[in-house]
Amino acid sequence: MEDILSRLKSGPVIVADGAMGTMLQAAGLPTGMSPEGWLLENPKPVRDVHQAYIEAGADMILTCTFGGTRARLEHSRLAEQVSEINRRAVKIAREAAAGRAYVVGDIGPLGKLLAPLGTFTYDQAVEVFTEQATALAEAGVDGLYIETMSDLNEMRAAIQGVHQAAPEVPIFATFSFDRHGRTNMGVRPEQAAETLLSLKVDAFGANCGATLEMTEGAVAKMHEAAPHAPLIAKPNAGKPHMEIEQRKVVYDATPEDMAEYARRFVALGARVIGGCCGSSPAHIAAIARAVT
Amino acid sequence: MSEILKQLQEVVIAGESDQAQELAAQALEADIAPLTVIENALNPGMEIVGDRYECGEYFIPDLVMAAEAMKAAMRVLDPALKARQEQRQVLGTVVIGTVEGDIHEIGKSLVATMLSAAGFQVHDLGVDVPPVEFVKRVQETEANVVGLSALLTTTMLNQEAVIEALEEAGLREQVKVIIGGAPTGPEWAQTIDADAYAENANEAVERVKELLGV
Repeated sequence: MEDILSRLKSGPVIVADGAMGTMLQAAGLPTGMSPEGWLLENPKPVRDVHQAYIEAGADMILTCTFGGTRARLEHSRLAEQVSEINRRAVKIAREAAAGRAYVVGDIGPLGKLLAPLGTFTYDQAVEVFTEQATALAEAGVDGLYIETMSDLNEMRAAIQGVHQAAPEVPIFATFSFDRHGRTNMGVRPEQAAETLLSLKVDAFGANCGATLEMTEGAVAKMHEAAPHAPLIAKPNAGKPHMEIEQRKVVYDATPEDMAEYARRFVALGARVIGGCCGSSPAHIAAIARAVT
Repeated sequence: MSEILKQLQEVVIAGESDQAQELAAQALEADIAPLTVIENALNPGMEIVGDRYECGEYFIPDLVMAAEAMKAAMRVLDPALKARQEQRQVLGTVVIGTVEGDIHEIGKSLVATMLSAAGFQVHDLGVDVPPVEFVKRVQETEANVVGLSALLTTTMLNQEAVIEALEEAGLREQVKVIIGGAPTGPEWAQTIDADAYAENANEAVERVKELLGV
């Protein structure tokens, strides 16, 4: 495949994958089991999700390592398996991709407030991100993808961790804008764009988010603040609601809705487009048709 | 209102812990009763913080810092209350936790902090809390409110399991149950017979006050 950075710069839009967590939940992820823990015991569902996205047209898949930092894994008593889990996840993604898609190592938030709001320090954060990024990079990824961040400092810590672990690996970075057009920690899209530009990440943007509209608004503001930057849009499939009778959560955006937004994201400078919570291979297929 | 109380309210709103502590001490030196300080500076300050959060002017860091400033002031006021054999009015007792199988912490802890700042006695059981633990702690604390957080489409079913466990233990009449977390919503609250749903920490305080009529 073409080098990911040159594709980002001048090739066709990169179609990224959709949700992993909600797909695994639908595939029977036992309650209380983390996707990372399941991956160790039973890699098939994870591999199936990757394959389904690639068959739907994804050019880029994210490893099943959103909760793959020590800070998250310790809740499922897997803190000593950070390296093994992250390496295994890359291997599974690589096998599923079979040279048809870029594999990027997924890095999610720590689930803790950093000091002074909480007790976890910035330096501790850098340390746990470095540990995860090291394992992902050593296993051989095409990039590292830091996502669903709300706190600018935590994003800085993650980027610093990635730089320390793997200075040459391309970095993708996205915030979740879910409150009045800002992150729940109050970060404005333009502020995020300026910071990420200064930290020299290769592409940045918005994922998750409250609604498609809010993510679109955030991407528009980032585009205004950084008109030449390759942007990322990886929103939820709209908003969740409960189908009461089936006791099942459904996200309300159809594949066609996501495709319509994908076209708008392209117009706003997005070079990587995919889905987050609630999206499925059907959504990604519609996005792929819309942008290629 | 005295100038000191006005300033104290302002520094709580601004989340300045050191100044809040200092001004609370000044208020006591000026012979202002500790309960007056709470009712006329701290409580209204936190209400303004809640309003600003609601309208999108304030975000999580502002809530946390304001609650910290309030706590700093209370560290000065608590001994004074004790010395006068007075108590801050306790609005209710809340047992709160993230349900079994779910390790999401930030939202639940924020709700606990805001309820505590609003004058509730809060027992935070942490994350991944089994139903039996909620039941046990409700019995021990004679709580009148239970807060259940769930952030996953799978674990939200465990909010229902806690409500059933409370029923089986004969405690359901004693407590109001409030739920929250990203995939949940008012319809889900209704489905599982919870008494309320709150979208965020500020709303949680409002709903719990409504539920208890305080």
